Amino acid sequence: MSGWRKASRRFGALAALGLGLGAAAPALPAPARVVSVNLCTDQLAMMLAAPGQLVAVSKLADDPLSSVMVEQARGYAKTMGQAEQVYLMHPDLVLAGTYTSRASVDLLRRLGVEVVELAPASRLSDVTDHILTVGAALGREPEARALADGFAADLAALRIDAGQPVGAAMYYPNGYTTGAGTLADDILTATGFRNIGAEAGVTGGGNLPLERLVMAAPQMIVTSTPYPGASRSEEILIHPALAALRETAGQARVTDADWICGTPHVLRAVAAMAGAYRAMTGGGS
Amino acid sequence: MLIAALAGLVAVLFAASLLVGPAALGLGESLRALFRGEGEAVVLVMREIRLPRALLGAMVGGALGLCGAAMQGFLRNPLAEPGLIGVSGSAALGAVIALQTGAAAAFALALPLSALAGAVVAVLLILALAGPRGTALVLILAGIAISALAGALTALVLNLSPNPFAASEIVFWMMGSLADRSMTHVWLAAPFMALGAAMLLSLGRGLDALTLGEDAAEAMGIRLARLRLVLILGTAALVGAATAVAGAIGFVGLVVPHILRPLVGARPSRLLPAAALGGAAMVLAADIAVRLIAPDRDLKLGVLTALVGAPFFLHLIWRTRRAAA
Repeated sequence: MSGWRKASRRFGALAALGLGLGAAAPALPAPARVVSVNLCTDQLAMMLAAPGQLVAVSKLADDPLSSVMVEQARGYAKTMGQAEQVYLMHPDLVLAGTYTSRASVDLLRRLGVEVVELAPASRLSDVTDHILTVGAALGREPEARALADGFAADLAALRIDAGQPVGAAMYYPNGYTTGAGTLADDILTATGFRNIGAEAGVTGGGNLPLERLVMAAPQMIVTSTPYPGASRSEEILIHPALAALRETAGQARVTDADWICGTPHVLRAVAAMAGAYRAMTGGGS
Repeated sequence: MLIAALAGLVAVLFAASLLVGPAALGLGESLRALFRGEGEAVVLVMREIRLPRALLGAMVGGALGLCGAAMQGFLRNPLAEPGLIGVSGSAALGAVIALQTGAAAAFALALPLSALAGAVVAVLLILALAGPRGTALVLILAGIAISALAGALTALVLNLSPNPFAASEIVFWMMGSLADRSMTHVWLAAPFMALGAAMLLSLGRGLDALTLGEDAAEAMGIRLARLRLVLILGTAALVGAATAVAGAIGFVGLVVPHILRPLVGARPSRLLPAAALGGAAMVLAADIAVRLIAPDRDLKLGVLTALVGAPFFLHLIWRTRRAAA
């Protein structure tokens, strides 16, 4: 999970590269067969691809715990992302995350398949870059530009500049929290909250002992939905101290698929948090 | 005298355990919160996070120390220890099965009961394979086999779980930890531990007689079959409850009785309560150490007890060899 966030700072350069490719080589024909092997590139590809252009998406696109586009994903073949399976789909272009199995990506490249990799978004402004990068790779620049502009406008409308931000904490199994430099942190700060995890000195993802969470007394606690089966890691989410904290905090929410990817769907998470902020402060700006 | 000194040590370590933690709290502030309930957040930290942790440290350590002393007395074998002979591992398997089948979620007592059942199976196997007349070697070999089997089955169950976190918890079940436990766990373990401790402490006279040999013990009116039954159930209740809430913590039952045995004149009846207190002190100290060494990560308790216990174990093997030669 922590890896998901770490290298995302490199994204700026990567996006520029993607854009540069699209701009510098307009003569290249748009890829006719595209396969996406990453949950987040799945979403952008489904939103941007021309009819028939996208051949397959990742298996995760089917999982309602992770995917926000389960309905749309029904119309596509699914792949587990192994090089062999992907190669046999004869793609002109493969969209992958930078945390997709290195071995699979390297093998596909050796086999002559073009692979565009997207780092996970570490802030809301990355979403625009992601949209444009995928749009350029698909040869769908105008559509990408329209989507990106719409996203920026919607985000601007939702954004809350709070004079006195409300303390909020993201709290996950094993006491994991998301600190500075993460998409979740940016969602919190964009909607009138201050991130307790970041204030505790966590950068990226890291552990925040339950004791320190209790002492920070957040007024909003965002946790995750437990997976089926049982685990000791998730027991912290039902710890009596956390339950008491939730009660005094008055506001608790659960992260869902909306929070995972830096795509326009993240606006639903932003809207939910903005709504929560307004409800807590009785209006707000 | 020794008991009073050990009780004092446990009290000091218990207090230290309450005062150590990642949230920097003042001494007065902590105590006021704990006893008088002043300061909302501090009260939560003291009563719901640190108190259960300290209580469980003392309870789990006491259980393991007591079991080690009782098993060593009964088997008249210095290497008998719940962790080494696979009783803790089997208890962990029982606990994991209860958790992953959903039994523990449906019925809270299923967790300690299932761990207890796992421990009973292991104790029965050990007694069948290496009873009082078995050598130290047979005992250890049987223990290795039972540990390996229980460990493999635990890993299998956790790997097959639909929960992505479960597989990473294999190390918790094998090494043990008290991080983020709550009063719920204290209440879950306490009745079983109280029952098990009462059973084992009642064996003092019988174990004393056994030091003279089985025939002599029977001549003194000790009913060996009953003693064995009480030992099996008492050990299983203690190890089962301890493992269900804290994972398998090794070597406590080995190290503590050995250090204390010369101090009690090698009398099992006096060793039993002393080993319980000594075990509590050892686990409390280890749990304080894991929080000081790595405050922000969950260093496993078993790592520390093994670092102390394994060299000790080697020393014991060395001594056993020399005695045999």
